[in-house]
Amino acid sequence: MTALVLLDHEEGRIRKAALSAVAAATQFGDVHVLVAGNDAVAQAAAKIAGVAKVLHAADARYAHELAEPLAALLVSLAGGYTHIVAAAGAVGKNVLPRAAALLDVQPIPDVVRIVDADTFVRPIYAGNALATVKSSDSKKVLTVRSSAFDAVAAEGGAAAIDVVAPAEDPAVSHFEAVHLSDSERPELESARVVVSGGRGLQSEEKFKILDPLADTLGAAIGASRAAVDSGFVPNDYQVGQTGKIVAPELYMAFGISGAIQHLAGMKDSRVIVAVNKDPEAPIFQVADYGIEGDLFEVIPQLTEALK
Amino acid sequence: MKIVVPVKRVVDYNIKPRVKADGSGVETAGVKMSMNPFDEIAVEEAVRLKEKGAATEVVVVSIGVQQAQDTLRTAMAMGADRAILVLAEESPEPLAVAKVLKAIVAKEEPGMVILGKQAIDDDMNATGQMLAGLLGWGQGTFAGKVEVADGSVRVSREIDGGTEEVSLKLPAVITADLRLNEPRYASLPNIMKARKKPLETLNVADLGVDTTRRLTVVSVAEPAQRAAGVKVGSVAELVEKLRNEAKVI
Repeated sequence: MTALVLLDHEEGRIRKAALSAVAAATQFGDVHVLVAGNDAVAQAAAKIAGVAKVLHAADARYAHELAEPLAALLVSLAGGYTHIVAAAGAVGKNVLPRAAALLDVQPIPDVVRIVDADTFVRPIYAGNALATVKSSDSKKVLTVRSSAFDAVAAEGGAAAIDVVAPAEDPAVSHFEAVHLSDSERPELESARVVVSGGRGLQSEEKFKILDPLADTLGAAIGASRAAVDSGFVPNDYQVGQTGKIVAPELYMAFGISGAIQHLAGMKDSRVIVAVNKDPEAPIFQVADYGIEGDLFEVIPQLTEALK
Repeated sequence: MKIVVPVKRVVDYNIKPRVKADGSGVETAGVKMSMNPFDEIAVEEAVRLKEKGAATEVVVVSIGVQQAQDTLRTAMAMGADRAILVLAEESPEPLAVAKVLKAIVAKEEPGMVILGKQAIDDDMNATGQMLAGLLGWGQGTFAGKVEVADGSVRVSREIDGGTEEVSLKLPAVITADLRLNEPRYASLPNIMKARKKPLETLNVADLGVDTTRRLTVVSVAEPAQRAAGVKVGSVAELVEKLRNEAKVI
């Protein structure tokens, strides 16, 4: 069996989550990866441990990983593969279901465990239940949660690179612009430590109190939906059912009450710390260590103590 | 331009789902059901486009059991003009739903389909993309902003690192993300008015769509529960525990 992994990238770098998708795919057999982008990304893909072949879609129409041309390309390449896999991020979730429909396959999103070649475990109801499903489709199309599969090494492989011919472009979509939050911090989904803020941080200005703490810990910064909806931070900070799913070594929640949809995004973290002034906040029910107190006193003290 | 808005009836988002004792699924009998919150956002967006003059008619569609007509009435109370109920088993798979919707699109010939990016029961996040694929249309998924221009639509999409803007030829499929808008509450007069709006009922078999499931549910289980930890009295104590007990810093 051979699996094809759609390897997503951002600003010329392969996303860490894509390396987790490769790790998941190795459970099926040989792994080929499809890279839609420039030569540098294809070269980097060839070095990934465990990758047997890189399919490089170099044509300009694929540069922005738009779903319409990319799904058409995946379908044109799908023939020899038993499994088509991507990380459950914005690209995978956009492209794979479309490709699956064109292949007449029911996709299996957000896989957290591979039982066998046909059987998969995935969370439903915001992670309140885990469904084990068995697919009868001849080809499986799945996205995997990066938090559930340890990434393969980015170096160590030496795969051949095949440039693939473009598929017919439906020509119904056009890339206009991208606005990335520029951040020197690690990617939220793959950071070892995540420092997250909620409505308790009160404002965009006050939310910045987390910056020195994150700097000290080398942490990524996340947020609850309430903090995002209140405009404290951009949407890409959101951790939860409909935001990013994270499982760092250490997750610190400040001023986050712990709504079900937020817990769905972080409850698989190894160690959880919660700081909240409300002793009844549900976040304390999943936290390993909790402090009841004023965020604006605790956060600077903690930053100082960790320096 | 006509807009079709598919809506799904799901366990209300305020209800904590309970796994059935036999592990066959999540309990839905006797549980409060509501419109999928992302679909409410989709209905709102379609109604706003009509109010702005960018759309002429909003048709809501639900595929599922008879009770889904309540969901359709709610959508009409929000401002949709008419409804189509396609009777099928409860919660068909996205592939089947996309095929049914393709058949509805062939009948209705809308200029746009707007739907929620995912349903909060099966969390599939697939139907919109699959429908767009089957139709050969463009897809503006995870939309945070939608602007209709002559023959095209510009969509601001929520992506991993920020936002992306794409323009799509119409007709197109849009999937609504959380921040697209804040749905209105239906007023009592509008709820009364919605009772008189047309609701057509079809059978999935009439549309010639095979809805055979491709995924068999082997089992549904509760996830492992985290045990609550301890509350500590000071920052110093917290740092000590993180260093020496959890060994995480």
